[in-house]
Amino acid sequence: MGEAADQFFVRLQHWLVGHVPVSLQPIVSSLLGVVAILTVFAGLFAVTTVLERKGLGRIQNRYGPNRVGPFGFLQPIADGIKSLTKEDVVPHAADRAVHFLAPLVLVLAAFSLYAVLPIGRNMVLANLDAGVLFFFAVSSVMELAIFMAGWSSRNKYSLLGAMRAIAQMVSYEVPLILASVAVVMVSGSLSTVAIVERQAGYTGILPHWFVFTPWGFAGFVIFVVAATAESNRSPFDLPEGESEIIAGYYTEYSGFKFALFFLGEYLGLFAISGLGITLFLGGWGAPLSVLSWVPSYLWFFAKLLAMIAMFIWIRGTLPRLRMDQLMNFAWKFMLPMALLNLITAGVWCFFSQQGVLRWLVCGVLVVVPYVLLSRSLMQGLKLKKRVYRFAE
Amino acid sequence: MLGEGIAKGFVETARNFFGSYFYKDRLTTVQYPEERLPQAEAARNFPFLVYDGEDSQAGMRCVACQICEKECPPKCIFIEKSKDKKPDAVGKPQFYPAVFNIDISVCMSCQICVEVCPFEAIKMDTDFELSTDDRFCGLLWDKTRLSKPNDYYRRIHPTDAAVSDGILAEEKAKAEARAKPAVTAPPAVATAVAATKANSASSNGTHAVAATPDLKAEQTNG
Repeated sequence: MGEAADQFFVRLQHWLVGHVPVSLQPIVSSLLGVVAILTVFAGLFAVTTVLERKGLGRIQNRYGPNRVGPFGFLQPIADGIKSLTKEDVVPHAADRAVHFLAPLVLVLAAFSLYAVLPIGRNMVLANLDAGVLFFFAVSSVMELAIFMAGWSSRNKYSLLGAMRAIAQMVSYEVPLILASVAVVMVSGSLSTVAIVERQAGYTGILPHWFVFTPWGFAGFVIFVVAATAESNRSPFDLPEGESEIIAGYYTEYSGFKFALFFLGEYLGLFAISGLGITLFLGGWGAPLSVLSWVPSYLWFFAKLLAMIAMFIWIRGTLPRLRMDQLMNFAWKFMLPMALLNLITAGVWCFFSQQGVLRWLVCGVLVVVPYVLLSRSLMQGLKLKKRVYRFAE
Repeated sequence: MLGEGIAKGFVETARNFFGSYFYKDRLTTVQYPEERLPQAEAARNFPFLVYDGEDSQAGMRCVACQICEKECPPKCIFIEKSKDKKPDAVGKPQFYPAVFNIDISVCMSCQICVEVCPFEAIKMDTDFELSTDDRFCGLLWDKTRLSKPNDYYRRIHPTDAAVSDGILAEEKAKAEARAKPAVTAPPAVATAVAATKANSASSNGTHAVAATPDLKAEQTNG
């Protein structure tokens, strides 16, 4: 029963593919996967926009959207109609071709990230040997799309936003990839499917996820912080900082192109959350061995929704950083911690047998540098309670 | 240590998130079409014309003196004076506006028309649900749409209405006191006499002609 539900979509795909000539089978098989990914993740985007607005509203003691449909859940349809019917304004001096291509490139790159994410058992579009490498290579194309948007608009704010975006994304890609390299090092493979399989075992009822190791936990935290910066979300939303530079690189985008940017940004967020789940949270594996009968893809989406909820919570809590704070944080804190984490992961592999000593040594290797580094960085700052003259 | 303040912040937002589901007094939003806040007495947006009694046109206080039209900074008021006269709020025969239009898309709610009106005839309204799909005629209001009863004025601005009523009562008393020593006849006759005097004062020749537009105006109003 559990196995039938788990493999339902895989068998459905095989059954559908069986109806076409053998020569067409590979292409039809991948097309089916692509269509499934397009519909599921676009639908998830629609749901997330409502959930995010409602969640942020509740964090600020408001209701959030509750007018369109039951509890406001048809709001994305209204938003979609609005952005479709809006006028598509292109600045007179803009580079028309690039201006048109930028949102398309962004969405295309965001969608291609899902090719290597294992959504369930046997449910991955392309089981590449270098899946993690492919993921980071394609996510760099998103930076290119953002710079295309900022450059082609021929607008100072757009260009400033694009410059900020490039600076931020290049800086945070380093700790992001270093945190992932630790996982690649321990699991011994760049294939996302193999990484999930390495985390599949259980001790008692507890899973062998990498996040439950000292280096994995530190890596996961670094990964999440860097992923927030990579997907340009608050508190790292400087590239679009609406109170400083209007809307950054999409100042000159309106109507459906703006909606595409929005879509691309959220798809990037889901994809990088999916990679975080694959690398640290055991992919589609159940969190307890007794829950293994639940279909694997449900676990993946449950974890994805939990990650999204966490990103919404982060967005609702933290204010935007300043540019120098952003850069200091990336290069003075995140990078040393990620490098040290690599060493910790190496030490973890060095103690080949499980034991208290391994936990102790790796725990010290994570906690002590964290405390020392944060202390030394905070010492330079003269932090004192701010006094307001008029706002008290 | 690094992260302490961040953790505190996360606890605070989580408390807000869950608290808003359990404690209704946390939510400050008023769900507008279903719930409404009581309107502040000083609220104002567009002017309206006050009338006394039942008939909005017969009881209209406006005497078409056109001061508001001249004073209006964005020039959103358009008045056409009538040719004949009718008794005003005090009882004196006066002209009345044959046409009184306000373009509420131009009006800037400055209240200067109200300040300058010597007849307590134009006041500020508080109605705000005025959206229309016709941006020309739907926003150019004529005198039938602009006129509202004095009771309405008393309801929306009680304090101002009391002052306004006081001024009018005082003027009415003055007018009656002035009428009494002139003629010994009862006041009703006195006003009738005054009316004929005023009519004869304006040229007799135009009087017959002036009656016809008045009829027409009444027909269009009906």
